[in-house]
Amino acid sequence: MKQSAVNGKVPISLVINKVRHELDVEPWVTLLDLVREQLQCTGTKKGCDQGQCGACTVLIDGQRINSCLVLAVTRDGAEITTIEGLADGADLHPLQTAFIEHDAFQCGYCTPGQICSAAGLLREGRAHTRAEIREYMSGNLCRCGAYTNIADAIEDVLRQRVSTKEAAE
Amino acid sequence: MNRFEYVRPDTVAHAVKALADRDARALAGGTNLVDLMKYEVTRPSRVVDINHLPLRQIEPAPDGGLTIGALVTNSELAWDPRITKRYPLLASAILAGASPQLRNAATTGGNLLQRTRCYYFYDPSTACNKREPGSGCSAIGGVNRIHAILGASDGCIAVHPSDMCVALAALEAVVNVEGKDGKRSIPFSAFHRLPGSEPQHDNTMLQGELITSITLPASDFGSNHTYLKVRDRLSYAFALVSVAAALKLEGGEIRTARVALGGVAHKPWRDPDAEQALQGQPPAEAAFAQFADQILRQARGQGENDFKIELARRTMIRALRQAAAGTPQKQSDKFVL
Repeated sequence: MKQSAVNGKVPISLVINKVRHELDVEPWVTLLDLVREQLQCTGTKKGCDQGQCGACTVLIDGQRINSCLVLAVTRDGAEITTIEGLADGADLHPLQTAFIEHDAFQCGYCTPGQICSAAGLLREGRAHTRAEIREYMSGNLCRCGAYTNIADAIEDVLRQRVSTKEAAE
Repeated sequence: MNRFEYVRPDTVAHAVKALADRDARALAGGTNLVDLMKYEVTRPSRVVDINHLPLRQIEPAPDGGLTIGALVTNSELAWDPRITKRYPLLASAILAGASPQLRNAATTGGNLLQRTRCYYFYDPSTACNKREPGSGCSAIGGVNRIHAILGASDGCIAVHPSDMCVALAALEAVVNVEGKDGKRSIPFSAFHRLPGSEPQHDNTMLQGELITSITLPASDFGSNHTYLKVRDRLSYAFALVSVAAALKLEGGEIRTARVALGGVAHKPWRDPDAEQALQGQPPAEAAFAQFADQILRQARGQGENDFKIELARRTMIRALRQAAAGTPQKQSDKFVL
C-alpha cells in the first residue's frame, strides 16, 4: 500500500509529452498545477480551477480529462499529453492548423483546452454531425464566443478524416 | 486545500480499514471531492485513493442482470454495448450529465455520492445545515431557483444533482457496499435519503462503508423509455427538472410504469402509488396528466423555484408521451418531441 511519507510527498512516475518524469509530489497537488508550476508546461491553462470551464483539458492515456480535478498522485504511471505534445515536431496537429485556418479563437485562453478536448473527441469517434460536435465539446467554454468557428474547425478535421478513410478503402 | 495523509490501498479490505477514520474520504475520479476540498467544504484528514482496487468490471449478475464495479467510469458505462442494448435509459441519463471530460473521470460509485450543488453548501461563509449541522439554511428565503419542490424540510431544501441516479432509481438498481462489519446491499430507493432534521447525511451508508458495485436487475423496458432533462443551457448544466420514464405496454394498456424525477428533491423522486395508478390505463394524455398531478399534490415552491412545479408537470407528461411512443429523447440533438 503506497502512502505519503513524513514530508508529505509521494514518489510517482509520469510520461508527459513522451518524456518520462520521476517526481516527488505532495498529494494535494493537481495535475494542472504540476504541469504548469513544476514542469513549466504552461500551455495548459487554469480557468475556473473547479471543473466547469475545460481550459485545463489534457489527454490522460488518450482520454480527455479536466486536469484541475485530478490529484497528480492518483495518476501514477499514466501517459499525459498536453497542448505542447500534440504537434509532430514542426508539423502542427491537424486540429491546430484548422483552428488557425478557421480563426477559431479570439483571446486564445481556452484554445489549448479546446484543442486537447477536440483531439479526445476525434479519438472517441462518436461525433459525426455538427450537433454531436457541439454536444461533445460542451465541456469547453469560450468566453469570447468563438464557438461557431471552433465547431467549423473540428468539423473540417472530422470531414478530412472521413474522406481520407474513404479514399483508403 | 487542506493538508492530508494519502494512502493507496490495493484491496477493498485495506481500503475499508483506512476509511475507518471519521475524517477519511475515499477518492476515485475526483470530479466532486477535489472541488469540495478546494472550496474547503470538505477537509479530510486522510484521502484514501481507491483507484487501484479491482472494481472496474461490468459482469453478469446471478439473476440475469448486470453488476457494475464502483470504479467503472461514467463514459465506459454509457458506451458499453451491454448497457446501450439492455439499459438504454441508463446510458441516456449518463450522457445527459456533465461533459465528456468529467464523464471520463467520474465513476459509478462517485456519481452516487456526489454532493448537492446548492450555492450555499459550497460557500463556507454562509449558514448551511448540510455543511455545518445546526447553522441554519441560507437557501430558505434566499436564492433558491434550483432548489427542491418535493420532500424538503425546514432544515434543508437542497436537491441531488445526479442524472445517472434518476435512471438507476427507475431501474431499481441495488447498491452493494462493504464496511468493517461486512457486505450489504441497499435497494436504490433506500440509498439516498430525504433531509429531515439531518441534512448532513445524503444517504444511508454507515461511517467507513465503501460502495463496491451496483447491480442492475434483469428487467427490460424495450423501447418504451426516455430520459428528458430540462436545464438552463442546452448542455453541461444541472437539471432544473429531469424525468426518467420506463413503461411496459400490453394490449393498448400500461402494465408497468416506472417514473423517477431529478432536480426536484434531495433524492431521485418516485411515487409508487402514482405509478400503480397508471396500471391498466391507456398510455394517453389524460392518464399522464393525472399521474403528474398526483405526484405534485405535495409539491411546495420556495419562491424563486415555484416555476418548477409546472415545469415538472409538463416534463413528466412529455416524458411519458416519449416513452409511450417509443421515441426516447436524444441527448445530442436537443429537439424535443
